Amino acid sequence: MSDEASKGNAPAKKPKKRMSRRERERRRALVLSILTGGAVVGLGLAGYYPVMTYAKAEDRLRPPGAIEEREFLAACIKCGQCVQVCPVEAIILADFEDGFGNGVPHIVARDQACDFSCDAVQCILACPTGALTHEIDKKEQVRMGLAVLTRPDTCLARKGLGFKGTARGDDFPGLHRYIEVDRWNPIRIADHPYDLELCDLCVRECPIKDAIRLEPMSDDPNDKRKTPVVTDKCVGCGMCEMICPVDPPSIEIIPRKKYGEA
Amino acid sequence: MNLYVESLRQMFGAEPRKPGKEDFTEEARKLHEFKNTPEQRAERRRLIAEELAHKKESFSWRKWRWPTIIFVNLLFVISYHFDVQLVEGALTASRVIGFHFADLNSSLQVTLAFKEMLINLVIGTATVAVLWWLVGGRSFCAWTCPYHLLSEWVEMLHVRLAEKGWAKDYQLHRGVRTVLYVVFALLAFVTGYTVFEWISPVGITSRALIYGTLAGMIWVGVLLFIELFFIRRFWCRYMCPIGMTYAFVGSVSPTTVHYDLSKCLHEGECRKVCLVPHVLEITKKGRATRPHIDIGADCTRCAMCIEACPTGALTFRVKGLDKLL
Repeated sequence: MSDEASKGNAPAKKPKKRMSRRERERRRALVLSILTGGAVVGLGLAGYYPVMTYAKAEDRLRPPGAIEEREFLAACIKCGQCVQVCPVEAIILADFEDGFGNGVPHIVARDQACDFSCDAVQCILACPTGALTHEIDKKEQVRMGLAVLTRPDTCLARKGLGFKGTARGDDFPGLHRYIEVDRWNPIRIADHPYDLELCDLCVRECPIKDAIRLEPMSDDPNDKRKTPVVTDKCVGCGMCEMICPVDPPSIEIIPRKKYGEA
Repeated sequence: MNLYVESLRQMFGAEPRKPGKEDFTEEARKLHEFKNTPEQRAERRRLIAEELAHKKESFSWRKWRWPTIIFVNLLFVISYHFDVQLVEGALTASRVIGFHFADLNSSLQVTLAFKEMLINLVIGTATVAVLWWLVGGRSFCAWTCPYHLLSEWVEMLHVRLAEKGWAKDYQLHRGVRTVLYVVFALLAFVTGYTVFEWISPVGITSRALIYGTLAGMIWVGVLLFIELFFIRRFWCRYMCPIGMTYAFVGSVSPTTVHYDLSKCLHEGECRKVCLVPHVLEITKKGRATRPHIDIGADCTRCAMCIEACPTGALTFRVKGLDKLL
């Protein structure tokens, strides 16, 4: 009888067992899908978190023509065409380690500033999405930030001191186009030594007319001391920050700061 | 059963539908009946045995495909480093001899986030859409995507490891890609930030090659690790929204892989090598509702099935061109 019972049960049990195994596999697939898919979305959101909290976004100096920071992050398609056209390779793309905006361009002015060697604003012309606004086409119209004398006490001109030698040392790889040396090609700053009675590098190498000037610090004609004064013409390119021979630099770009703003 | 609708259903992640009796065309029904006669079944067994005894070398599409991926990506690298200006930019957006090109998915993400579309981007997106529509949509994956190539190499390793029992092949639900697609589109729109681009292994790999931004390759490494040991073709098969964007384009593309029921011996060799085997479900016995079928939207036109097919039942076809010639 027991034989009969097992025989009778066998065909009914078998498909049931197969179904449950299939069901188990399907459930595992579903759970795994939710876990892995969730992890992928989670990682994406982890990249959004710093943008949401805006912890570091404003610290980054964006290329000429960059629109408002949040919109800029939205509009940038991360192709690096701005990087490719820059003759001094000032523009670099953010990497994973930068925390957000993978592939979004920025400039580290102290290492390599934008000096408008391209004569126009090539990066703006190259941008396919308008993250660098196509509304401007002259370097004078750019507003990346503002040069600020952040360490006035260290400024050589304010101490009445001159400067002799290479601005940033003989190993500094940074480039600058010296029109009087080569109209078309930027050269290494290390290959262009100076001998100045009073240091005026920030004024001398500024690519924008009347953006910065040196003013005497007193009415005394024997007082050699002068102080850099930044005007509303400043576009925030960072050339002064790069060329400043003092380390850390006396003058720095505050990204996105506007003239007259506290 | 509308084959186009069915191909979209599968693209969204549904299991291939078993056709009902009414779905078969008269011709297909007769062909299936004919194939099921005892003589033909014997003939089929004989043909398979013969075929196994004398393995034929088929045309290696891969010998063209791999160099194509490498060549295209090398063009970007060379253009930048030697300043030859052939293909400037990265895979997300570029200028090809001065003409704007934009990756469809990147363009979509940016447009959703920015909510504005400059004429340059419109031109670039349209150009790329037409181009990939012509050559098959997801052919982007198999013929251009650098991550696909890495993934393919890892897959070869994975198969070997799996044979030895050192690697698992967990299945996922393919619908997860559709969910991710919607989630990332919504995230881009709501946050105004291109959330997906942060993790897109395609953009990351492309930029790493061109600009040397290597840190992002850690994430690519993690993905490849998962693919090597746990889930075969994890990213390309189950996750990638880019693949889905191009699948939409491919769903109406004139360039397809074409299936000829009369030549098929239903051995299943094609499904074994396919990245998206659900599109080849019709090659199972009794499944094809028509004697001639163009493979569905998700097909990457990688031609692995064409190479694997011993009888030439699968071939490339350009709709309209065969009539023209």
